[in-house]
Amino acid sequence: MKFSLSWLKAYLATDASLERIAEKLNAIGLEVEGIEDPSEKLAGFRVARVLTAERHPDADKLQVLSVDTGDGPPLQVVCGAPNARAGLVGVLGLPGAVVPANGMQLKKSAIRGVESNGMMCSVRELEMGEEHDGIIELPKDAPVGTAFADYHGADPVIEVAITPNRPDCMGVYGIARDLAAAGLGTLEPMSEVEELSSFPCPVEIRTDDPEGCPAFYGRVVRGVRNGPSPQWLQDRLKSAGQRPISALVDATNYLMLGYGRPAHAYDLAKLTGAVVARRAHDGETVQALNEKAYTLDGDMTVIADDAGVHDIAGIMGGEHSGCTEETTDILLEIAYFDPERIARTGRKLNLTSDARQRFERGVDPGFLGLAMEHLTKLVITLCGGEASEVVIAGAAPDTPKIVHFAPALTEKLGGVRIEAGEQKRILESLGFTVVGEEANWEESWAVTVPGWRPDIDGAPDLVEEVVRIHGLDNVTSVALPRADGVARPTATPAQKLERRMRRAAAARGLHEAVTWSFLPEAEAAAFADGEAWTLANPISEDMKTMRPSLLPGLLSAGKRNLDRGATGLRLFEIGRRYLRGKEGASDERLALGFVLAGEKTPRGWATGKAVPFDAYDAKAEVLALLAEAGAPVDKLQVMGEAGPQFHPGQSATLRLGPKNVLARFGMLHPSIAKQFDIEGALAIAEIHLDAIPAKKGAASFTRVAYAPPPLQAVTRDYAFLVPVELPAGDLVRVVQAADKANIVAARLFDDFRGTGIPEGHKSLAVEVTLQPLDKSYKDEDLKAITDKVTAAAAKLGAVLRG
Amino acid sequence: MRFARIVPKDRGSKTSIPRQGENKVDYAATGQDALARIAQAQDLDTLEALRVEFLGKQGSVSGLLKTLGKMTPDERQVEGPKIHALRESVTEALAARKAAFESAALEARLASETIDLSLPAPETPRGSVHPVSQVMDELAEIFADMGFAVATGPEIEDDWHNFTALNMPESHPARAMHDTFYFPDRDAKGREMLLRTHTSPVQIRSMISEGAPLRVIAPGRVYRSDSDATHTPMFHQIEGLVIDKGIHLGHLKWTLETFLKAFFEREDIVLRLRPSYFPFTEPSVEVDVGYAYEGGRRVVGGSGDAPGHAWMEVLGSGMVNRRVIEFGGLDPDEWQGFAFGTGVDRLAMLKYGMDDLRAFFDGDVRWLSHYGFSAHDVPTLSGGVGTAA
Repeated sequence: MKFSLSWLKAYLATDASLERIAEKLNAIGLEVEGIEDPSEKLAGFRVARVLTAERHPDADKLQVLSVDTGDGPPLQVVCGAPNARAGLVGVLGLPGAVVPANGMQLKKSAIRGVESNGMMCSVRELEMGEEHDGIIELPKDAPVGTAFADYHGADPVIEVAITPNRPDCMGVYGIARDLAAAGLGTLEPMSEVEELSSFPCPVEIRTDDPEGCPAFYGRVVRGVRNGPSPQWLQDRLKSAGQRPISALVDATNYLMLGYGRPAHAYDLAKLTGAVVARRAHDGETVQALNEKAYTLDGDMTVIADDAGVHDIAGIMGGEHSGCTEETTDILLEIAYFDPERIARTGRKLNLTSDARQRFERGVDPGFLGLAMEHLTKLVITLCGGEASEVVIAGAAPDTPKIVHFAPALTEKLGGVRIEAGEQKRILESLGFTVVGEEANWEESWAVTVPGWRPDIDGAPDLVEEVVRIHGLDNVTSVALPRADGVARPTATPAQKLERRMRRAAAARGLHEAVTWSFLPEAEAAAFADGEAWTLANPISEDMKTMRPSLLPGLLSAGKRNLDRGATGLRLFEIGRRYLRGKEGASDERLALGFVLAGEKTPRGWATGKAVPFDAYDAKAEVLALLAEAGAPVDKLQVMGEAGPQFHPGQSATLRLGPKNVLARFGMLHPSIAKQFDIEGALAIAEIHLDAIPAKKGAASFTRVAYAPPPLQAVTRDYAFLVPVELPAGDLVRVVQAADKANIVAARLFDDFRGTGIPEGHKSLAVEVTLQPLDKSYKDEDLKAITDKVTAAAAKLGAVLRG
Repeated sequence: MRFARIVPKDRGSKTSIPRQGENKVDYAATGQDALARIAQAQDLDTLEALRVEFLGKQGSVSGLLKTLGKMTPDERQVEGPKIHALRESVTEALAARKAAFESAALEARLASETIDLSLPAPETPRGSVHPVSQVMDELAEIFADMGFAVATGPEIEDDWHNFTALNMPESHPARAMHDTFYFPDRDAKGREMLLRTHTSPVQIRSMISEGAPLRVIAPGRVYRSDSDATHTPMFHQIEGLVIDKGIHLGHLKWTLETFLKAFFEREDIVLRLRPSYFPFTEPSVEVDVGYAYEGGRRVVGGSGDAPGHAWMEVLGSGMVNRRVIEFGGLDPDEWQGFAFGTGVDRLAMLKYGMDDLRAFFDGDVRWLSHYGFSAHDVPTLSGGVGTAA
């Protein structure tokens, strides 16, 4: 909402400075977004008198003026204006001043060999109008030497942000009311206007949609002469950012901007029959004033005549019946529309307007008849004509809202103690009617809410009114009561796990990225395992579908990095995957994904060639992170089926039991790499943090009792000949389980194929760690263990090599 | 020592050791001669030969010791110390010379083992924690001390939790201001599904699931259909909610002051409260913080009205609307409280000096290496929640 200071002062008698007004607007919740002060624009221009004017010696059309600037000796100024003459009082731009119209900085110069110390300005040069036939001529008694901004009455423009609860402040008068309540001046009372009607209204006015349009006031004014509105009105509208159109249109806009009350003027000649507020018919169309056609439906209220729709009620008028220069008779409309319907219609049509903004927030239902009189008076003042009687169809809701409010609540909720008398004064100055005793602090007052404040519907709203006008500065800090002792931990196990995993990954050399939750549809589809969530109104095709996996976002980030020349890229993210949940809700699961791209180890003086990442690197990270997460790493099974996004021969899942997949890892499938336009092999993984089992039992700090065994552990190596397709992990697992009393660890250290190994076989060597308990092993003990190991391995077709 | 053992064993043997008084030995000269020859030895073999010559069984110094047995006690008292001194000096000289040879040999070996330590060592990759995560951890730490737990809720929300229960019924103009992303889906209750536009629905979920009294913060991703130089369609917010008895605006102000002082680790944080409007709070308050430009960057601290300072909006807040408390399943006559919300990304930018929000979501490792945090920069109250540049 923008308005000029002089417009504000038309409603508010105040001598407060612009700065003070701005400060107060902020303090009462009308946030100042900007102030445009033309006196800054006009700095360096002053009122000056031409003392003498002589022909320029070298140019016919130029004159050399001697100009009195009010102080010091007269200045010599070269001027080309035909009206420049001795005795003229005009506006001189001094060297250093910037011409508003073209941004040129004036400086002392020589024009055709004659020194010139400034410029006498035209109206257009100072952006005060279009005239450029000559220099400005001020009255003879204009005070020479005065800054022109002061003389002209430079009118600053204030822009405030109006929150959606304050339709009353979408008119300058409402802003003036708030400022007056805050002690910044006196509000000019709303003037009463005498009835202007001189004949019965010739048009039938009806509302056939009392829900959408409870009240419709109409009046004809005939014999008007439309044309440009006067300067003062144009200036005010311009200050509000509204383009002046014609006196009739400007008059309705003035009512809207001045009092927050939208109105509409129809060209009566374009209307036929009764003018009715009704529901639109499905598929009915209207060409609106913005030159666009809209197709309406039965849920929308319109104003129509026998011929068709002339107004999308409360939002925008129709082009056909709009006022033009030729208009002589008009129908004025002041109506009350249902805010919700206006909002719905506007949203459906995707059409915003100043009127819609006000109607959907709620205009004052008590300001219809008076608004009509104000509008009529302005129309007649501007355009002449005579007004008919007002026809009133329907009735605006007029049940006054009464809020019960005890002044003690201000302290209870607002934390600031304000005397009851002052609270009452504030409320009354805002237009509330207060019935109640000031003496009893705890007792409720009956506070009647003025019609222009649809936002007020409870006692806390009144606390806000009192506190904001009194000043939020007066609220002092009070410490939040806190429990005795040190702060208790508040994080949930899932939160602790997330934090721990993040820092573990970072400690292992991975960089944490935060990527978009939404993806291009095709990328999401490549990683989806079911129907993904796809937006109805995405901001772009690249941000359309919620990620079912962290990997696509990381792949794209990885690609960007590789394109920028990154080598040895290690990128991870912890965040949600968005899946379908029960009853149409979402199922959002926390995951950790990572990509390893490029070189694991760069070429080196000691290590030789660069080593690329492989699937084992992904496995190492996954296991390390799972161990950090407290997952039972030694119980996990490496199984296949990582998914079609992975290289089928170089990927796996880590599962706890056959169903619970804790992680999948491996090399990226080349066709996915192609889809993401990535070259080279990438190792990737995703850990499902939600699948990691929580620790069982009650949380305790005490650990299971343990003392290092007194006897030293011994190791034995076993080499087995196994079928080549046997996964090494299976062999290790059965070996480890072969004698649980003695075997504490089994580790594969060799995988050999080739010379000496039969076709279709490989040799796997396992180092087994044995821990004697109370006595050292004898030969027969070791033989017994070896027999168990051999027997267990044999079940997998493994034969102990000699 | 070895020598001392030998002495008694040889006692009584009769050899041609000159008798005392008949053939006087010049011990000093013998010693000097022996020491000189030891000093001249150039290798360990020569040194060993000399040891045998002087101190071996048949050695010359050993021979002198044998003479002691044939002496009278008086003679022995005079000659004994001299012979022993001679033997000791020879022994020491041999040992010293040997040690010198050994250390020279060791030095030579070590010299041959020299490597170029200016060559690079194997590199360990350095990872980082994203500033958003770091700041969220910082906030959790600060608020934990004030008794706030961290609450979460879904990002794919229904319009009841995101709007209706926050006192934004359908057709409320504030809904339109939210630039909401919608899904074509409805849940089983027929509610429109959308991406949450703020973390505020967690207020409702927390009240319903936890009841009162309640102190929670809810950090997380939020979404608005808005994209330009300073807005991204996804960003991070943190919500705070206190529901208790007798909680008022003064408590809100204190909490925000305390939080910002702890977060920026500055005592001179000054807040300006301005009345505002949010459908879910009443009264509603916008919070500005004073700042100044230092080196082209905004640095919070001081009053915005001080010379060279200005105000910057950092938080939206207010007393929780009675209807919202009701929607949360609580009795607004019994419980009241406050809520606030702010942008986590913006807080991170203000504190750590990033100037481009879009870079937060690009995953550029160069940016992450520069602005990210070490895994070990764990925010703690005792160590300070911030990490110095």
